[in-house]
Amino acid sequence: MVGNVLPNVFDENASADAGELARMQSFVGAIAVADLVKTTLGPKGMDKILQSIGDPTNKRAITVTNDGATILKSIHVDNPAAKILIDISNTQDAEVGDGTTTVAVLAGEFLREAEKLIQQKIHPQIIIQGWRLARDVALKTLREAAMDNSADEEAFKRDLKNIAMTTLSSKLLLHDREHFATLAVNAILRLKGSGNLDYIKIIKKTGGTLGDSFLADGFILEKHISTGCPRIKENAKVLIANTPMDHDKIKIFGSKVRVDSIMKVADIEEAEKQKMKKKIDKILAHKPDVFINRQLIYNYPEQLLAEKGVMVIEHADFDGTERLAAVLGADILSTFDNPEVAKLGTCARIEEIMIGEDKVIKFSGTQAGEACSIVLRGSGSHILDEAERSLHDVICVLIAAVKNHRILYGGGNSEIRMSLAVDELSKSVKGKQALAIQSYAHALKQLPTIIADNAGYDSAELVQNLRSEIYNGKISSGLNMFKGIVDDMQTLGVTECLRVKEQALLSASEAAELILRVDEIIRCAPRRREGQ
Amino acid sequence: MSLAFDEYGRPFIIIREQEKKKRTKGLEAHKANILAAKTVARLMRTSLGPKGMDKMLVSPDGDVIVTNDGATILEKMEVQHQTARLLVELSKSQDNEIGDGTTGVVVLAGALLEQAQKLLDKGIHPLKIADGFERACDIATKRIESIQEEIDIQKNNNEFLKKCATTSLGSKVVSKCQDLMADIAVKAVLSVADLDRRDVNFDHIKVIAKTGGSLEDTTFVSGLIIDKDFSHPQMVKEVDDAKVLILTCPFEPPKPKTKHGLEIKSAEDYERLYQMEQNYFTDMVKRCKDSGANVVLCQWGFDDEANHLLMHHQLPAVRWVGGVEIELLAMATGARIVPRFEEITPEKLGKAGKIKEISFGASNDKVILIEDCAHSKAVTILIRGGSMTICDEAKRCLHDAICVVRNMIRNSNVVGGGGATELACSIAVQTAADQIEGIEQYAVRAFADALEEIPLALSENSGYNPIDYVSKIKQEQITEGNPFLGVDALGKGTTNMYEQGVFESAQSKRNQLELATQVVKMILKIDDVISPAEYD
Repeated sequence: MVGNVLPNVFDENASADAGELARMQSFVGAIAVADLVKTTLGPKGMDKILQSIGDPTNKRAITVTNDGATILKSIHVDNPAAKILIDISNTQDAEVGDGTTTVAVLAGEFLREAEKLIQQKIHPQIIIQGWRLARDVALKTLREAAMDNSADEEAFKRDLKNIAMTTLSSKLLLHDREHFATLAVNAILRLKGSGNLDYIKIIKKTGGTLGDSFLADGFILEKHISTGCPRIKENAKVLIANTPMDHDKIKIFGSKVRVDSIMKVADIEEAEKQKMKKKIDKILAHKPDVFINRQLIYNYPEQLLAEKGVMVIEHADFDGTERLAAVLGADILSTFDNPEVAKLGTCARIEEIMIGEDKVIKFSGTQAGEACSIVLRGSGSHILDEAERSLHDVICVLIAAVKNHRILYGGGNSEIRMSLAVDELSKSVKGKQALAIQSYAHALKQLPTIIADNAGYDSAELVQNLRSEIYNGKISSGLNMFKGIVDDMQTLGVTECLRVKEQALLSASEAAELILRVDEIIRCAPRRREGQ
Repeated sequence: MSLAFDEYGRPFIIIREQEKKKRTKGLEAHKANILAAKTVARLMRTSLGPKGMDKMLVSPDGDVIVTNDGATILEKMEVQHQTARLLVELSKSQDNEIGDGTTGVVVLAGALLEQAQKLLDKGIHPLKIADGFERACDIATKRIESIQEEIDIQKNNNEFLKKCATTSLGSKVVSKCQDLMADIAVKAVLSVADLDRRDVNFDHIKVIAKTGGSLEDTTFVSGLIIDKDFSHPQMVKEVDDAKVLILTCPFEPPKPKTKHGLEIKSAEDYERLYQMEQNYFTDMVKRCKDSGANVVLCQWGFDDEANHLLMHHQLPAVRWVGGVEIELLAMATGARIVPRFEEITPEKLGKAGKIKEISFGASNDKVILIEDCAHSKAVTILIRGGSMTICDEAKRCLHDAICVVRNMIRNSNVVGGGGATELACSIAVQTAADQIEGIEQYAVRAFADALEEIPLALSENSGYNPIDYVSKIKQEQITEGNPFLGVDALGKGTTNMYEQGVFESAQSKRNQLELATQVVKMILKIDDVISPAEYD
């Protein structure tokens, strides 16, 4: 080791990049991710095929999707800045369910603008200062632009449907959006504002077309009714249990059976049977018409129950039991000693129905009227998966809208309004921050531009037209992506939910700021895996 | 030196396999060590101050951390070099002792080493340099003691505490909502602080992060939050006037720890065992219920049957509560932790005004909120943010701010921030240097130069011309005799830190100086580095 050579401070495989190089890395990474999902934005956005590699059993599994969060979740990136974008997209997904592409693209656009400013030798901290001012103004504009129609039920319902249609217009379900919007809104309205997603169950069955999908009143459980039981029960009392019904083992640890003759084995077997019989008797004391257990039910207890005319459903998975309990208003029982206080669920009609080729159990006329199931039909599993994701997005957005009440015009309207307000601010701010504020306004304007680009229109022309329309007072103007003109969003009914936009703006600004503040990237040596 | 000759002139080896070992010695070792330490210090330099930049760290598993906190950067970047590791330790000990100023201490140590290198080039013996630094450090700490001002922390609704917290948060990513964060930090510390003893127990402050929302949604909860949900979906979600029973035994069939075999020999045995088991759970739940409890918190799991019985008896329960949380809960509610069902008594119950389950976002993340605890010592800060990266960083920032507030409560002497104190010390050391006899004079002077490095780095990070700017404040400090003049990093238009309200704890500053000097002394004393051969 010679004195003048820089000693190895880090491990061999580690690397440290500083200053320009680090900044360039983050910009390139983040913008690359944003560009990746950029083309999926808007009603004319394209889908992506994702092919999995890791799963050995299912090597060729593919997903076709338009959902930003799904795409970003599935790609493996090595760039730290890109990881941050993926992270915020996931948060957006968890928090509001939609706008996952928007948030990544917006953050990417912010950084693209920042790159230009950095080239002009403006310090990142100054850019951040400017951005913060701009963000506050944008947020204020957004909140002021929002409308609240919740007082008028009819109008609110129309709003909801419009939001659903707008959200769906960028998804696979575009062609059936009217149908699905109605489905989703009806499902949401049943919830009566509770926002509990558990009550809405989405079931996928291949066969038919997307247009055959329907909203089933009541709850659908994808299980079978055990053999020998009645197939239909009306005005049923339902007992929901979580108890072992195979061998009711003795749980006291370490106990084992050791006997000295065959006779005794038979005795114990008999005792076991008796024990189960007692349990069944206790259960029967509740006088249920239907018995649903989370765990397996063996033939013997099943037979005992069926003999009494009780409909038996076994192995209803955990989610299923919890939902059922909530929907039917029953307790989930594990002990059966107090039939007088145990709450049984009620249901007007339980029957086994066929959807496509499969048998499912339908509970209709449930106590909690909130429950419903959406049955998706489609020609293939990929389509169904994508339809489910889209529907999930819509439902999340609708729940946010129901909770928040406030809506915005879509079609790039809110972005342009924010951009105009931020532009206005830049004129009044002194110093270099003003440049950053301008760039913020520019980045906001990029969203409608990308949407127009994806649809193959002359985006520059369209967006500028839109800008002048709004500037001249037509505040409900927006882009009509089906005709390629600036149009009135109010008459078209293109509306979005405030909560989604708000969260996207906040997350994107926060992430862009986080990435911009970095001036050094240090990578630790990758952890050595076994066998390497 | 590792080869010696015995009395017959035969060579023998003192250090075996020495060709495989790396070894540096003498001046070369000094220089190599200094260089390595400087590399680390240089990394940290740009993170100093409110306009400092962040570092992005990619962990061995590929996770990304973005941070500005010196201790975290150094800890996560997995430094391999032995001397550079000393600086990592240095930052860590500042973090443990004070909690803030972890970047400053490393930058200072780096500056000291740089000066030491120059002196080494002049041919001054390392130990002389070390002694000189030691003396200079004494002068500097004395200067801090003479300029520090005791303030009344409770005056004006804790205004000073808030200011100090704000100063500490100014350099972090959360600076856009630093007022809110500072407020939260002060509130949190004050609610657990023992002002008479001037002591703050950090165990009582819990910081948890949940992604979603924005940093502005961060809230302070006077109570506790457990990241769990009630064990049975149909339990009551909200309990007023809760009487809490805290258990550290599972609601499960007994499992004797000694090795044993329980043999069932006949059907009667089977029956009896079954009966016993049946009664077992009923008995457990009955004991809980009889004590008057209406919420049960348990460190272990529940059997399905027990779970149902609990629900049945209207006893909302939480399972798998972590050990630390259990203790916090016990402290907050005044409950005694009960290790066995037989020992449940009404006196051991804790009290809380309200316990409820709340959920976030679309993913239905649930947490349990425990408010108005009887001995409301414990508090929780719930951080919200756009992503896990942001939340984690906010968590670290808050920790720093909380530490700062605690330090103020422990010792309410403050000095100016913004490099003002370093400058004042530098001036004092410079003046004193001329009166020191011997070679150490050079070292003392070098120490003064090194101290200037902090305001220099600060002004550089804030976009000023560093030398120009620092010399100007320095001159002002001397002519006006005001040790509160520092770098105006935020562009507020005044260099007076007192007016800006930028304060730092005097104790933290003193600690920084002492720790940095100690480490530098240690590095200077090394003249031989032997590293073992790599494992093959």
